[in-house]
Amino acid sequence: MKASDIIALLPYQRPFLFVDDIGMITEDAIEGHYTFRRDEYFYQGHFKNNPVTPGVILTECMAQIGLVCLGIYLMKDELKKDLSTQIALTSHQMDFYLPVFPGQKVTVYSEKEVFRFNKLKCKVKMLTEDGDLVARGIISGMLKA
Amino acid sequence: MTKEQLITKLKPLIEPYVQDEEAFKNLSEDTDFVKDLKVNSANLVDIILDIEDEFDIRLENEDMEQMLDVKSAMEIIAVKLGI
Repeated sequence: MKASDIIALLPYQRPFLFVDDIGMITEDAIEGHYTFRRDEYFYQGHFKNNPVTPGVILTECMAQIGLVCLGIYLMKDELKKDLSTQIALTSHQMDFYLPVFPGQKVTVYSEKEVFRFNKLKCKVKMLTEDGDLVARGIISGMLKA
Repeated sequence: MTKEQLITKLKPLIEPYVQDEEAFKNLSEDTDFVKDLKVNSANLVDIILDIEDEFDIRLENEDMEQMLDVKSAMEIIAVKLGI
């Protein structure tokens, strides 16, 4: 399964798609990228005259790459053609270290901890282009083909 | 292992994921994980994984599908343990 096939199967679209490309993917881990556009809608309000990417959006980006893209790859044989994948975020624990500003590119790394009975739990981190840690944590979700 | 011993070992595995504390206080064999304790689907998986570790058994998808209440969980554990 190619990276472009995975992205095409994602159930998101602008303005809530936070995956540009996938650099590496195996049964155990994934690496992907996203560049926050200068005109993302949330910069209008977060914060007033001081655009900073909200932590919930960073978490969303980490979940879309680290959990959903990896989950689609892991379930590639069971996925239906009609894209009726059911996904739900079920828990996350996240620590943040650096702000992400408009125009910045981030890399997300995710390692599978558990994938059983449709539950995928991953250890996920986000880095800047310089390799500095933006955020890290644990994200879990349920995936059903 | 008696039924009472089994339920005593099960209770602490279930407790961290319970949403309805009252229902947990009145836990019996008939208690349903989702309907009574309001455990969500992801935490039901956590309970199953914790049961595997605690009893050193391996549960399969068909076991998971049947483990809807305390009674069926106890039965499946008993079968796996051969008791």
